[in-house]
Parts: sequence; structure tokens; C-alpha cells
Amino acid sequence: MDLSYGPEYDTFRSEVQTFLAANASAAPRGEGLRSPKMLSWQKRLIEHGYAARTIPKAYGGYGAAPDILQSRIIAEEFARAQISQGMGGQGISMLVPTLLEVGTEAQKEQFIRPTLLGEMLWCQGYSEPGAGSDLASLRTSAVLDGDEWVVNGQKIWTSTAHLADWIFCLVRTEPNAPKHKGISFLLFRMDTPGIEIRPLVDMTGNANFNEVFFTDVRVPKDQVVGRRGDGWLVANAILGHERDSLGNPDATLARFNALAELMKIETLNGQRLIDHPVYRDRLMTLQGRMMALRYNDLRVLSARLNQADASLARMITKLEGTELRHALEGLAIDIMGEFGLAYGDNPLKRDHGSWQYQYMYFLGLIIGGGTSQIQKNIISERGLGMPKEPKLDRAG
Amino acid sequence: MEFGLSREQTLLTDSVARFLSKEAPLDRVRRFATEGDDRDIWAGLAELGVPALLVPESAGGVGLGCLDAALIAEQLGYRATPSPFLGTGVALPLAARWGGRIGDELLAAVAAGERRVGVALANAVGRRADATLSSAGGRLDGIVHFAMDAGADDYLVATDTGALYLVAADAPGLSIKAFDTIDRSRRTAELHFAGVTGSLVGDDPALVARLLDALRVMLAADTLGAAQQMLDQSVAYAKQREQFNRPIATFQAVKHMCADMAAALEPCRAMIWYAGHALDHMPDEAHLVACHTKAHVAEVGKAVAKTSTEVHGGMGFTDLVGLHYWFKRVGYNRQMLGTPEMMRLEAARAQGLAA
Repeated sequence: MDLSYGPEYDTFRSEVQTFLAANASAAPRGEGLRSPKMLSWQKRLIEHGYAARTIPKAYGGYGAAPDILQSRIIAEEFARAQISQGMGGQGISMLVPTLLEVGTEAQKEQFIRPTLLGEMLWCQGYSEPGAGSDLASLRTSAVLDGDEWVVNGQKIWTSTAHLADWIFCLVRTEPNAPKHKGISFLLFRMDTPGIEIRPLVDMTGNANFNEVFFTDVRVPKDQVVGRRGDGWLVANAILGHERDSLGNPDATLARFNALAELMKIETLNGQRLIDHPVYRDRLMTLQGRMMALRYNDLRVLSARLNQADASLARMITKLEGTELRHALEGLAIDIMGEFGLAYGDNPLKRDHGSWQYQYMYFLGLIIGGGTSQIQKNIISERGLGMPKEPKLDRAG
Repeated sequence: MEFGLSREQTLLTDSVARFLSKEAPLDRVRRFATEGDDRDIWAGLAELGVPALLVPESAGGVGLGCLDAALIAEQLGYRATPSPFLGTGVALPLAARWGGRIGDELLAAVAAGERRVGVALANAVGRRADATLSSAGGRLDGIVHFAMDAGADDYLVATDTGALYLVAADAPGLSIKAFDTIDRSRRTAELHFAGVTGSLVGDDPALVARLLDALRVMLAADTLGAAQQMLDQSVAYAKQREQFNRPIATFQAVKHMCADMAAALEPCRAMIWYAGHALDHMPDEAHLVACHTKAHVAEVGKAVAKTSTEVHGGMGFTDLVGLHYWFKRVGYNRQMLGTPEMMRLEAARAQGLAA
């Protein structure tokens, strides 16, 4: 057991701190994805190795060897300084790693550099109205017509579709193959004729997602990633990346601290809420759960560093992390009583209405990226070795 | 950076696990429940070095740390093993290590497995039913309920004000009454003192407070092991039990019960590691982490005990399967030395969130 990162990492940490102190004024604060400030910040981060750190130089990255602790320190220090870590999004976090693994040389050269620089924004076209947890049943079709695919169908839960330049999209290209083997992974421009985007307003009141409709959308034949019909394998590698990044324990800690502060400020009948034994007990219960998950996260991090097995510990992080966060946001609403209802433009709302917003948003995350019930299937089957349920669609 | 177990720690726990699975299976626990004799088990554990684990090398011990002890506690919970580990293997050597006056001779005898020490700190946690214990001029008067690891040669006893004494079981004026609990894999007793002479181990309440933190982590580790056993049995039973022409393990209702148990329990493992490590190496955090570990693992353990019994259906309710030994073990660990609500209040105090 050794919880220190070691002297060489202390040096690295102070380098990051020095960079942040010197460059803080250049960092965007709330500017949009297309703003000059965001684009120049992204460029500066890549030049210094604080974004695209391990992406090869040849494709526009910084080219450092993977080092989990260095990545961790960068994330910790940027979070502490409350400075943007640059552009995220599904292009950088999901498409780039996939192209690096299975893309052709031409695809890597065409797409990775502009994506990293934020000049090429992506959205992800996976889920459909009839294909959610059972994603492989998706029906959006692509039929070859000469040198072009002709795409027809509908996607849903497409975040940033209204901003994106390109989409990476799962389409059915082999209608007669078994459902997992008939899918291809297609890239195409969002300004191609035949694409219609409709914002999807969710329970928070925001349109975080969209519906996207394809009517005879024509896509050049060579814009498939991986082999034709192998799209399911490509997509599954990406889903792994997504699952790892959900339920960030540092963000949960920041929210816990904010909630404890709120409970010291807010009063009921002149008594601080933190002094109300029931509310305080509920806060402490969540702190205990949070600590257990933080240590679990340390264990997973360490296992990746030292090639130790922590597969079950890793498998439970999405389920437990999102459920904990939802409960934490919900406690803030409960302690505020009627004030917990304040939303929208109400001047009485606390912390900019973030508690209600996050309470609903995290319910979305409990469902999205593999529902809690799908997580439990994974935990019981892959983690505990329990058998799969007999599948009716395979029997028939 | 390494947050995990060393090779030595894995070897140690493997050797204890092997011994317990062979020499102390459920049938042996059942025998203890009626006969109350665990001498052969403790002798076997002594051969593996378990009572010597925390005893300093200078006194004939191995000089390992609280994390190592927590790993042993987890194994004992996994097999619901009767043993005087908490008092003899943990409380006594830690009292010595943390500045209490304990003779090297006693430490050596404990390390060799020749002498057993019970531990009665309940009065320093919170007094119930008017039980008080006071000391005047080295003479102890009053009552302590819930002495753990009864049947010992000596007892470590805390007074109401947090002074720690060592008292011989045969000291004049001390009477020891068996205190029956749900958990028949442990021996518990009430100690009645009438002018008993004890030897003062330490009069600073901080020593008792630190011992309490260590014992709380050990009780939580015991629960981790017990809950893991219940989960393992649930998965095995669900795979083998058939209803509606298929193993019940194929039903999502059953699978999700098991997944819920695993998802709640697995982070407890990391929590125990951290808490065990903190006891020795992170004095600023150790108390807060111990309180939360005691509370959180108790809550998870309670849920696992209930859910795993349900996965077994009617069989879970019977004595045939014997799952209730772990159910009760988890219950014991939860009630002793601070219930979850009390531990969370203590945790709030430790960070200035409660008076």
C-alpha cells in the first residue's frame, strides 16, 4: 500500500501548476465550442501536452507515452484551478481512440487532427427509437448504390447534433445477416442533403439531445470505419471508453462539499440544516457511500497502473457512481423544503438552480450509456459468472 | 502508487483462508455454538502467526500493521470463525503499541497463543441500562455489558471516563456472566466489578478512542468477509436451484439481487483497505474513515444479509443451509462498538459538522 505518487510526479504536478498560473487568463469561461477563445485554448493545451496528450504527433497530438498518473494529475490540477481542460465531446473521447485502433491511414490523417483542434465537431448516431438497450437491433439502413451508401432511418439521443460537422453512425448494411453482424460504422457530414435535426427537450427543460432523421442521405462508399459488417465490434470498443468516463468521483466530492456548505447556510425555524439530526444523518450516509466509491476508484486506478485485477470494482462504477450522485442532488432538494422547488427564473433558487437540474440530469445518466439494469446484467454475468437469460429472439 | 495488497499480504490471507476452510467449516462453527470451545482453532491460527501479527518483534511478535489484521478479520468473517482475535490479536497488542502499559511477558504469551484477552470498551462508547464503571485508587466498581471474546484469561476494560485497565479473569470481586446474543459464533459476557484491582494500561481517553477505531475497522472487515460469503453462496445456490425448468440464476430478478449485493459490497473492500492503512499511517484521517467504515459496511452488510437469505428462498430461512450464522455475525458486528447512526454522528463531529 503506497498512496503517494512519488517525487517525479511531484515535479510533474508543479509543472502543471506553473502552466495554469501563467495561462489562466487565456482559458475560456463559458465561451462556446466555436468561440476563438476556446479554439486557441485547445491549441495551447495540445502544444503543452495537457490535451490529446497520448495521441501521436503525426496526427496532431502531443505524442507522450501513456502515463495514467500524469493524466490523473492534469485532471486534478485543472479541476482544482477550475480551468477548462479544453474540448471534450464524443469526437475526441470516442471517435479518435477508435480511429487510432481500426481506422485506415487515410481516415486517421483526414479526421484526427481537425477533431483534436476542435475544428471538426462530431455527434454520435447510435440509439434509435426502437433500439435502446438492445442497440444491435437498430434499423437505420445503408444500401450501396454505385459508389455511395444511401442512408434512411432515424437516430435519437443525439447530443450536439445541431452543432456537429460530422456524425459517426451505426447503420445496417447487411439486412440478411444476424443482427450483430449486419452493422457498419459510417462517417458522414451533417450538412449532407436529406438530414433533418429536431431538438429533443428533456425533463430538465433543456434540449440536450436531438432526433436526427435521414432520408436518402448519400455517403461516399469509403467512409466506413473497420470492415463492412464489423460495426458492432467497433462500436463496442467505444462504449467501453464511455462507461469508464462516467461517474467522476472528483465531481461528486465537489458537489458533496457544496451541499455541506448549503446546509450550513440554510436554516429552518432558525436552526441551521446541518444541525438538524435527520438531515445531517442523511448527509453523513452519503459521505460514507462516497468515500467507499472514492477508494474503489483508487483501487481501479492502481490496478490499471500495476496490471492487477479489479474487474468487478471497475464494473460497478457507472451504476454506483450515477446512483450516488442522483441521491446527493436529491438530498439538497429535500433539505430545502419548498425552496427546493425553485427553478427557471425564480430569484429564490439556490446555487443557480443546479440541484434540481443535476437531480434530473443524473437520472438521465442512470438511464443513458447502459441503464442501471443493463449494468446489473453485466455485473451478474461477467462479474459473478451467472448465466444469461434465454433469449427469445435467438430461439425463434 | 499502489492501492492494493502486497504479495506477502495475499500469501498470509491465503494461508489463513486455507486453514479455516479445512479445519473450521460450518460444522465446526455449529459445534462451537453448543460447546463454546474454540481452542483447536486458535491453536491452528497461532501456528500461522495470527495472534502474533500486531505484537512488536521485540516482544516475540511479527510487527505487522492494522491493514494486515483487517485482512485476517475479513477471513474470520468469511468462515464465521469463533476466535478471540479482536481482544487478543488486535486490542491488546495495539494498546501496547500505542503507549499503553502492557508487560512484554503478557505480549509474548499472547503472541504464542497461550493467553487470551477479552475486550470490554462498551462504556466508553455509550452506556446503556445504567451500566457504569468507575475507578478509584486502582479499584474498579460497576458493570460492563458486552465484553467481547469472553472466556479469556484477562480483560481490557474501559471505564466511563475512558481509562483503560487490564483485569485478570480470576481477580477477586470480578464476576463474569455469559451474555447470550444472536451470534453463537462468538462468546460475549457481562463483567461485574466489586472493588476489583486492575492494572492501569493508560488513563488518556485518546488511547481508548484509538483502540475503538481499530476495533470498528476490524468489525467492518469481519462483515465484509461474512457478506462476501453470503453473496458467494447466493450465486452458487442460484446457479444450481431450478424452477420453471431453468436455473433461477437465469432470472433477471435473481441476477439483479446478486448484482446489487456485489455493487454495494465491492467498494467496501477498498474502504477496508484504506481504513486499515489509515489506522497506521494517516492519523489525521483515521478516525473519520473508521467511523464511516463502521457505519457504511454495517449498512451494506445488513442489506446483503437480507438479500442473500431471500435468494435462497425457503432454504435460506432454515438451519439446514446455516446461512443464518453469517446473518447473525453481520448483526453482531453492526451493533457492537457503535451503531451506524452513532458512527455517523461521530463522523460529523470529527469534521466540525456536529457539536
